[in-house]
Amino acid sequence: MLNYTLRRLMFAVPTLLVISFIIFALLDLAPNDPTGNLPLTIPPEVREQIRQTLGLGEPFHIRYLYWLNQFFINEPLNIIERIFGIEIGNSSERLRIRSWATRSPVVDLIIERMPQTLWVVGMSYVVGILIAIPVGIISAYKQYSWFDQIGTFVSMVGFSVPTFFTGVVLIVIFSVQLQWFPSIYDTTLKVTDWSSFWAQVRQMVLPVTVLALYNAAQLSRFVRASMLDNLNQDYVRTARAKGMKERVVLLIHVLRNSLIPVVTVIALGIPTIFSGAIITEQIFRVNGLGQLLIIAIQGADIPLVQTLTFIFAVLIVLFNLIADLVYGILDPRIRYE
Amino acid sequence: MEVSDLKTVFQTHDGVIHAVNGISFSLDEGELLAVVGESGSGKSVAMMSLMQLLPMPPARIASGRVMFQNQDLVKLSSSGIRHVRGARIGFVFQDPMTSLNPVFTVGYQIMEPLREHMGLNRKQARQRAIELLEIVGIPAASKRIDDYPHQFSGGMRQRVVIAIALACDPKVLIADEPTTALDVTVQAQILELVRDLRQKLGMAIIWITHDLGVAAGIADRVIVMYGGLVVEHAPVQELFANPQHPYTRALLDSLPGRHTADERLRSIGGQPPLLLAEPSSCPFAPRCTHAFDRCRQQNPRLMNVEGRHEVACWWDPETRGPRDVG
Repeated sequence: MLNYTLRRLMFAVPTLLVISFIIFALLDLAPNDPTGNLPLTIPPEVREQIRQTLGLGEPFHIRYLYWLNQFFINEPLNIIERIFGIEIGNSSERLRIRSWATRSPVVDLIIERMPQTLWVVGMSYVVGILIAIPVGIISAYKQYSWFDQIGTFVSMVGFSVPTFFTGVVLIVIFSVQLQWFPSIYDTTLKVTDWSSFWAQVRQMVLPVTVLALYNAAQLSRFVRASMLDNLNQDYVRTARAKGMKERVVLLIHVLRNSLIPVVTVIALGIPTIFSGAIITEQIFRVNGLGQLLIIAIQGADIPLVQTLTFIFAVLIVLFNLIADLVYGILDPRIRYE
Repeated sequence: MEVSDLKTVFQTHDGVIHAVNGISFSLDEGELLAVVGESGSGKSVAMMSLMQLLPMPPARIASGRVMFQNQDLVKLSSSGIRHVRGARIGFVFQDPMTSLNPVFTVGYQIMEPLREHMGLNRKQARQRAIELLEIVGIPAASKRIDDYPHQFSGGMRQRVVIAIALACDPKVLIADEPTTALDVTVQAQILELVRDLRQKLGMAIIWITHDLGVAAGIADRVIVMYGGLVVEHAPVQELFANPQHPYTRALLDSLPGRHTADERLRSIGGQPPLLLAEPSSCPFAPRCTHAFDRCRQQNPRLMNVEGRHEVACWWDPETRGPRDVG
C-alpha cells in the first residue's frame, strides 16, 4: 500500500506539470491586456511600462519557469515559514506570484478567502452527505414506497433546478417575505459570544441549504442505486438465513458493501468544495474562493486565475489518489501491489 | 419436522404464480431427505418458504403448516422465525461464490450467528469458529479464519458456508443444490463431507438437488417434485428399484450412466408448466407419454403404493394401464 501510494505520488508530478503548462499556456494565449481597464488618458508608452513591470516583457517560457519556481518553491517556503515562525534563507527577496489587480500576493488572497468557502460550502457538503445516506438507505429498502417516491421527486427537483434559482427563491421567501435569515453573508462577523454565534448560524442557513439540497439530491440517488444493487445479492439471503436482525443485515452487511462506491464519489467531490460553488457564493455574497475566481476572470487577473485553477487541479489529482486508497481500504478484494 | 399442505404464491404483474401447491412431507430426526425435480418445480421455493426466506411480497405463504419442535413456523413472527434460522435450522445455498459477504472475513461471518444465538463473547465465538472450520475440513483453520472469501476456492467457500450453517448445532440442515455450482471432483468432496458430518453430528438434512445420481448416493428417502407438487415419495432404494410416476421414470431414463455408449441421451420433451393457476389436472400430463383422459380432468392425490412409497399418478406401470383406484 505504501509502495503504491508513493508510486502514485511520483506519477502525479509529471501529470501536474503537464496540467500546469496547459493552464499557463491557455491563459497566456487568451487575448487580454492588463492595462485594458485603465483610463484612456494614459499614454501608450506608460501602458508599455506597466506591462514591463508586470513581467510581461519576458518571453513565454521564461515567465512559465518563473511561475513554476514561485508556485512550487517560493510559496510553499512562505507557508512553512508562517506556520513554524522560522526564516529559511532570504525570505524578503523571494519573488511571489502577485495579482495584477491588487498587487498583493495571490496566495495571501486565497488564504484570506479560504475560511468562508470551507465553512459554507464544506458545511453544505457535510449536511448533504448526512441527509443523502439515510434517505438513500430508506429509499432502497422501501423501494417504490411513498418515502421512495417523494425522495425520488425531491432529488429530481433538487438536481435539475439550478442553484441560482433555488437560491433566489429561498432569498425571496425567507429573507424578503418572512425575514428569518439575512440574504447577504457578512464575512466581517467574528464569533465571540452566543449572539454572534447565532448570527453566524443564521447567515449560513440559506447558502448551506441551497448547496446541501443540491449535493444530497445527487448523492442520495447514488446511495439508493448502490443499496439496491447489494440488496439483491445472495449474501443478504445468507445473512438472513443465519438469523441476523434485519437492522444488522441492512446496516452492516448491505451498507458496508454499498458504501464502497459512495465513499469514492464523496472523495472525488471534495475538490469541488474548494472551487467554492461559484454561483451560490455570488448569490449570497459569500466572498469565498468561487467569488475570487469570478472577480479574477472579470478583471483579467491572469496570475490569480492561473494559480487558483492550478490549485483546483492539484486537489483533483490528490483526491483521486485518496479515493483510490480509500477504495482499497474498504474493499478487501482490491489490493494495490 | 412435519410439513402439511404448504402453498406458496408469488404476486407478480402478470398474475399470481402458484409455485408451491400444497405439499406435505415429514422429516425424521437424523434423516437425509432428498428433494428432486427440474428447475422451476418449486423445490427451492418450498424449502425457503419453510424459513420465510423468500422476499415477501411478492411471495406469500397462502396456506399450510410447518410443525417443528412443537411450533408452527408459518405462524411465527419475523423475530420469532429469526431465532429458528441459523440457530435450529441451518441453510446452505447453491452458489458459494456469491453467498458470502465479500467485505467481511470468514471468521466474522461464522462468529455472527454464534454471538447472536448462543450468546458467546468474541473470544469464545472465535474459538468455536476455528473448531467449525476444522470440522468442515479447512486446513490451517486458525490462520485462515482471518481471510476474506475471495481468498478461498469455490469448494473451500462452500465448506465455509456449511460451517456457518452448522455453527449453532442445528437440528435440521437445508441444503439448496449445494454442489451444483462446483466442479465434479469438488462435488464429490462436499458430498463426502456431508455424509461424514451427518454421522458425527446427527442432524436431519433436506438436500435439494436436480441430480438423481447425487440423491441416490446420499439420501434415505426421496421426494420428487413437479409443478409445485410432490408427485412421488419413497425410500431411496424403493424409488430406484420401482419408480412409479412417469416423471420419475423419465428422469431416471435421462441419466447418462444408464445408457450404452452408442445410445443417444434421452430427455423429457416439452417445458415445465407455467403455474398461473393451481393445477386442476395432472401438471405433467402434457409431457407424459402415458397420459389418458382422466389425467387431463383430475389431478391425482398422493396414493400409497406399498410401505412408505407414495405416488400421485393415475397410471400404473405394472399393468401399463389405468391404476385401479376410485
